[in-house]
Amino acid sequence: MYRLRLVRNHVPGYGHTGVQKRRGGHRMNTGRMPDRILAKGNEALAYGAVDAGLKCYFGYPITPQNEIPEMLSALLPECGGSFVQAESEVGAVNMLIGAGACGVPAMVSSSSCGISLMQEGISYMAGSHIPGVIVNMARGGPGLGDLGPSQGDYFQAVKGGGHGDHRNLVLAPATAQECYDFMFKALTLAFVYRNPVMILGDAVVAQLKEPVRRVPPAGADTPEYLESLVRDQRIEGYGARGKAAAPRLLKSVYLAEGELAGRNRLLQKKYAEMRGEALFECEDVDDADLVVIAFGSIGRIARSAIRRLPGTGRKVGLFRPITLYPFPEEALRKLAPSRRFLVVEQNIGQMVEDVRLAVNGASPVYWHGVMPGLFIGADELVEPILRALG
Amino acid sequence: MASAKNLRPQGAEKPVFDINPVLSERVTHYCPGCHHGIAHRLVSEVLHELGAADKAILVTSVGCAAFAYDYFNVDCLEAPHGRACAVATGVRRARPEAVVFTYQGDGDMAAIGTAESLHAANRGEKITAVFINNTVYGMTGGQMAPTTLVGQKTTTTLQGRNFHSEGGPIRLAEIMAQLQGVAYAARCALDSVKHVKAAKKAVRRAFDVQIAGLGFGFVELLSGCPTNWHMDPVAANKRIATDMIPVFPLGVFRDVEGE
Repeated sequence: MYRLRLVRNHVPGYGHTGVQKRRGGHRMNTGRMPDRILAKGNEALAYGAVDAGLKCYFGYPITPQNEIPEMLSALLPECGGSFVQAESEVGAVNMLIGAGACGVPAMVSSSSCGISLMQEGISYMAGSHIPGVIVNMARGGPGLGDLGPSQGDYFQAVKGGGHGDHRNLVLAPATAQECYDFMFKALTLAFVYRNPVMILGDAVVAQLKEPVRRVPPAGADTPEYLESLVRDQRIEGYGARGKAAAPRLLKSVYLAEGELAGRNRLLQKKYAEMRGEALFECEDVDDADLVVIAFGSIGRIARSAIRRLPGTGRKVGLFRPITLYPFPEEALRKLAPSRRFLVVEQNIGQMVEDVRLAVNGASPVYWHGVMPGLFIGADELVEPILRALG
Repeated sequence: MASAKNLRPQGAEKPVFDINPVLSERVTHYCPGCHHGIAHRLVSEVLHELGAADKAILVTSVGCAAFAYDYFNVDCLEAPHGRACAVATGVRRARPEAVVFTYQGDGDMAAIGTAESLHAANRGEKITAVFINNTVYGMTGGQMAPTTLVGQKTTTTLQGRNFHSEGGPIRLAEIMAQLQGVAYAARCALDSVKHVKAAKKAVRRAFDVQIAGLGFGFVELLSGCPTNWHMDPVAANKRIATDMIPVFPLGVFRDVEGE
């Protein structure tokens, strides 16, 4: 509560939320509240969640994401939603299964080791076509690791993490503003595909305080629209559909021979459609000799490093994947023939595998790893970039 | 030669019994002598009497009752092993107007799902948990359960459950009764007409407290598993009275309205 009081005192508009009750579309800022606020990534996420119409939050304390449950414990009940501090991450993700199956916008948040505990539930969500958002403000690992920035959860987020054949949609914000905006995007994706969506950040994204424009992004969907997308699949008590309506069942178990094959073909079809959702940001790649590929906080630091490069006459661009799944491989493939690539990531080499698959040998792919828990400056990336330029 | 047709009531006679519409007419996968059938009927009759089937949501578990969704004509959601009470919490928070219940076996609720079950109960979630205690893992072929009696032979306790290395049976109804959020906690048995009638009342009460918003409703049902006890159904029925009830006493351990 100490931190929350701090937020209430220092963030204009927080505490008297300044958020109007819904009038058709999104709850919008009132005149009392400025559009621009100063917020950490975690706080921006919490604001984004309530502004996007979140109904249920479930979570268990873990650093560095604690501002999310702390803020939502105050904000969500004010907006008519439900907040539960679960007994564990296992409990939290299973509550998400329940709320998601009922077709309401719901989320959990945690960090690395907590996400490991949630992976069973995420697999069940994928198998049962249940929408929901999972925020992972990652920490260093393996094991209990440390609390500093790390991108060691790329595999855990992108390659499924849990058991069985399934995919999560994964968004990687780099700024507090993106934390706010991506809550809307994540809920939309979750409901359009009835699939778990993960937002993957780290301690830098979570804790960096910066100006955020607290206005729903253009074209953001209303919670009413999202709920209408699952009207024909949600669990609600059959009476809601008429006295003689047939009961509904959401499940992931299919024991008869061939049954699971059919279900997984359905998933495969959905994942093929999801590939159209790839997002990325490019800077100066058109006539670049070298393109640096980095996501999240390292993407920001790489941009600063590129700006600091001494004039060599060689051009360096930046490619920042925003969706880690689907990976923006088509865009990379188009850049490949005449450029070399340098992947910079804060782990021992994870995203580089997807880059190499996308480029498929068409041009050289170099890699520079930053160890977890280190807060690096842009100057530390200058030398690796110059080396890759050759 | 008497055919079934000849035995049906003739003329204006009114039928005295019909299967309630909440229970599906599908033939169950349960073994002969298993008590899941009785437990299903009690729960479905209570839902029917309450007129709550159309707003009921069943959260199923893992174990023999995993396919309970085939037998209840209500909206159903599958939970991962042990997590039914957490899933039901999410359902309850998303749909405050629904009647939410879980149906779980002893492995699901008293072993892998202990944390989720006790904390949902302690939060006083307005849900009902029907807990089937047959002292053995049925679906996986007869391994030791947290409720297995000391000395009971299972496929993982071939010499009988040893108290000094495997502990003793967990008495979940008594544990539940200690939690402030629990509005009703009772243990009944399904081995005799008298006990089944008492069980029906307990199931009803476990739903009543949820609907009245009083808190978590819990009912434990001592059930037979002839297959994994390696007994015929009659002997299994007798075992409930001779071996189980002395260890798992019947009764109401908590009822907030009775206090």
